[in-house]
Order: sequence, then structure tokens, then C-alpha cells
Amino acid sequence: MKLVVAIIKPFKLEEVKESLSEVGIEGMTVTEVKGFGRQKGHTEIYRGSEYTVDFLPKVKIEIAVQDDAVTVAAQAIAKSAKTGKIGDGKVFVLPLEDAIRIRTDESGESAL
Amino acid sequence: MRELLTKLSGLLLIALLTAAVLDTTPAIGQDEAGPVDEYLELVESSGAEYAPAFDFFTVSMLWTVIAAALVFIMHLGFATLESGLTQSKNTVNILFKNVWIISIGLITYAVLGFNTHYPVDSWQIPGWLGINGPIGDLNADGGDGWGYGGLSLAMTGYGDFIFQAMFAATAATIVSGAVAERIKLTSFMVYSTILVAFGYTIAGSWHWGGGWLSDIGFYDFAGSTVVHGFGGAAALAAVLILGPRAGKYTADGIKPIVGHSMPLAAIGVFLLFFGWFGFNGGSVLSANPGPLGLVFTTTALAAAAGGISSIITSMVVLKKPDLSMALNGLLAGLVSITAGADSVSPFASVLMGAIGGVIVVFSIIFLDKIKIDDPVGAISVHGTCGIWGTIAVGIFGGASLSSQIIGVLGVYIFAFVFSYIVFLLIKVTMGVRVSSEEESRGLDISEHGQEAYNIS
Repeated sequence: MKLVVAIIKPFKLEEVKESLSEVGIEGMTVTEVKGFGRQKGHTEIYRGSEYTVDFLPKVKIEIAVQDDAVTVAAQAIAKSAKTGKIGDGKVFVLPLEDAIRIRTDESGESAL
Repeated sequence: MRELLTKLSGLLLIALLTAAVLDTTPAIGQDEAGPVDEYLELVESSGAEYAPAFDFFTVSMLWTVIAAALVFIMHLGFATLESGLTQSKNTVNILFKNVWIISIGLITYAVLGFNTHYPVDSWQIPGWLGINGPIGDLNADGGDGWGYGGLSLAMTGYGDFIFQAMFAATAATIVSGAVAERIKLTSFMVYSTILVAFGYTIAGSWHWGGGWLSDIGFYDFAGSTVVHGFGGAAALAAVLILGPRAGKYTADGIKPIVGHSMPLAAIGVFLLFFGWFGFNGGSVLSANPGPLGLVFTTTALAAAAGGISSIITSMVVLKKPDLSMALNGLLAGLVSITAGADSVSPFASVLMGAIGGVIVVFSIIFLDKIKIDDPVGAISVHGTCGIWGTIAVGIFGGASLSSQIIGVLGVYIFAFVFSYIVFLLIKVTMGVRVSSEEESRGLDISEHGQEAYNIS
């Protein structure tokens, strides 16, 4: 089992969700986050003074998948979240040790 | 237990119903005079020849109390504008201060403000100081007819009182925005009480109360100087003692502390604009059609011109159209026309408002440069534009320029010194500023123990 964590541009969320469900991913957790990478922040102006916004709003998607679905899922995200401009985000894949479906007490791959 | 409560409340209901029935029963049997009879009696007692004028008196009185209600809604405008232009962690505190100001403003105005604002013949120092006691029954001695103000005042005693009472609290509200996000709540409560009870009313008595400013021919129709200027100058003194918010002025320059809700700020400004029709329109003190129409027109045109000129100034000087500046620009136009709304042409009102809209942007930038931290721009909007609006009556409205300048100097210096002394005394005795930990945590939690926005 793997945990796929993706940081994407907020307005891309709908497209990413659709492409994930097209490849058969049935669930995901979405969080509004802030951060920066190579894109860095940008400057804004308020009442005559400029200031830097370091942390830009992003959306974090987390999906737990079976090993054979990892590549498909990660690529679906990468493809649908791409704009080609700086700040598109990243996809991380992490090993996942166990999972429990709380309602039924199932564990392991059958809980996904 | 629940059964007992049900029984008790049932009994209570029956008791109330019985009381209501008993209360109304005698009235049915009597030939009590209705409002029409009472009104006719009032007209007759004033002399039959004035019968047509009585309709005007009634309409004027009605307009005055409506205007009072419009001025009241300006307090909601101040509350949301100040909330919007400050951080979300201080919202409860801002709203709390606004609740306090309208409440204490109205009460002190009844207890001593009204009779100090308008001492009539009871001056301790003629033309300068006339501190007096509470209002009595303003409907007595003909106060419910035009016996109150004679033929020159088309309202009753209570009409006069409630309209002026709504004005009084605005002066302290102006300070509230400028000192936001760092002032100690209890200190502000004490300070604003003294300011609205004594400071505002004494300065106002110089002009509207028939004091020395009215003797020298100073003209301030609805209070560019005696309301807005007073508030702005008092705010400046308080901010000088209080100091800027932590982290605003650093070695690397100005770090803006961004307001948390532009929609709230916009709602506030539109409410203030709306209420200003009562502020200026009610200051006609009657429903005299000629002046009333002119005042509404000049008020609206000046606000519009202030909005446009501040937008252009912001785009040229700051390279961006800053919404908070545009909102301040609308208010700047309104403050700029308040002194002369009844005595300038529509063309002049556009000019006055437009110049106010330019002034306000530069004033805000300038105050920031010299490290006077005013989160909402209150000192610039009310103080700086108050000066311009008052002087402008000398240019466009036929008032004596020298009297206008003397009036501005007199009221501004008094407001500044009064506020400075009161604030300094409070600083020495109870402190005026929250600790830096409390400030960074936000006044909502540290002063009130509650948050404005609870996610649940």
C-alpha cells in the first residue's frame, strides 16, 4: 500500500478529482494548505505599502492506494494538475504500513 | 421539575392576559381624545393663523427622528468598517468597543451632554464652558410643540435631543478605529466616556451651543470640524501616546497589517454613506424642501467625487487601485462636504469632495511615513479632510475664511490637548496598552476570552 500526497494549485482540484475517478480511485482527502517551493511568494500592496506573501494557498490531496495503482494515480494527478507554469506543485509517494476501515474493522488492503 | 415549570408558566400567562384585559377595559368606556383631537388642540393653542405651518412642523419633526435613526446606523457602519480593516483576531474587541460607545454616548448625552452642548443661558464661562445636568421632561413647557424652539426650530425638545445624541457618539467612534488592535479595553471605555461626555460637548457648545465660535461667524453646517475634526484630532493625540501596532514599522520599512475582510469594510462604508444622508440631511433641522434637496445632492455628489478622485490618486501614486483607499475616499468626500452641504453649489460640492479624495490618500501615506499607525485611516478621513471641508466653506460657501481657520484651530487644538491629557492620565493610572503577548495573541482571546469566527 502507498500513500500518494499531492500539492496542487487550488483551481486544479476539480480536474484532478475527475481524472482520479476516471482511473478508478474511489476516495481522497483534501486540505487547504499554504506553502512555497521554487515559485516563492509574490508581492501584494495594501494601503500604499508593498509586502511579500511567502506562503501561497495550495490544495493538498491524500489518497491511499494499492501498490499496483500507484503509478496510474500519481500520473493522473501529475497530468491533470499541470499548467506548465511555475508553482504547479508536487506529487509524493510514501509507503503505507496499515489501514483500518473503522466501520467494519477490516484492515490492510481490503480496508482501502 | 418540568411539570412545575409548565404549570407556573401557564399561571403566568393567565395572569398576564387578565392584566391586559383589565387594563384596556376602562378605556373602551371612556371618550378619550384620539391623536387627531390632541393634534388639533395643539394647533389651536398655537394660534389658528399658524395652522398650515403646523403641517410643516410635523413633517419636519418626523424627518428629524428618521434622520436620527439614519445617524444611528452609521454606528453599524463604523463597527463593520473597523472590523474589516483590522485582523480577525481583534474583531470581537472592535465590535465590543462600538457597542460600548453607542451605549455610553447616548446615556451621557442624556445625563449631561445635551445641556452642556447647548447651555442656553447656563454658562460657567460665557461662550466657552457650560457644564450642566441631565435633561428633564423635554415635552413640558410647550416642548412638545413649537414652543420649544419657537418658529425657528421645527422639532420638539425630544426630537432635538435624540438627533444630537446620535451625533455625539460618532466622535468617540472615530477614535476607536485609530487605536484599534492594541488599546486596553477598560482604558478605552474610560477614555471614550470622558471624551464623549465632556470633550465633544464642550467643543460643540462653542459653535452649535451659541458659544464664541458662533459669535465670530464660524460656519460648520453638520460638523466637519466640531464632529469629525474633533474625533480626528482626539484620535491623533491618543495614537501618539499609544504607539503603533507591534511589527508595523520595522527596520526594513513599513510592514502592512492587512485587514481581514474587505466585504465587511465595504458594507461599513456604504452604511456610513447611507447614514450620512441623515447626518447632513437631518442637520437642516427641518424638512424645508429647498435646503433639504440641496443637502442631499451636495452630500451624494461630494462622496461620489471623493470616491473617483481617490481611485485615480491611488492608481497614479500607488500604481494599483486599492479598495481600502477607494472606500476611505468616499468617506473623505463626505467629511469634506459636511461643513458646507447647505451653502455650496453642486459644482462646488464635486470639487470639494474630489479634493478631499486626493487629500485622504496622501494623508494616509504621510501618516504611515511618520509612523503614526492608524489601522482604518480615521485620522486622515475625519481629521485631515475635516480641516479641508471647513476651510472650503470659506472658499466656496461665502463663510469668512479667517473665521473658518480660527474655528479649525480652536477645535482641533482643544480636542488634541483634551484627548492628550485624558489619555496620558489614563496611561499613568491604569495603562493604555495591552502587553505584547496579548497583542500578538489577539485582543479577542486576551481581553474577552472569545473568538469572532468559530468553526464548528
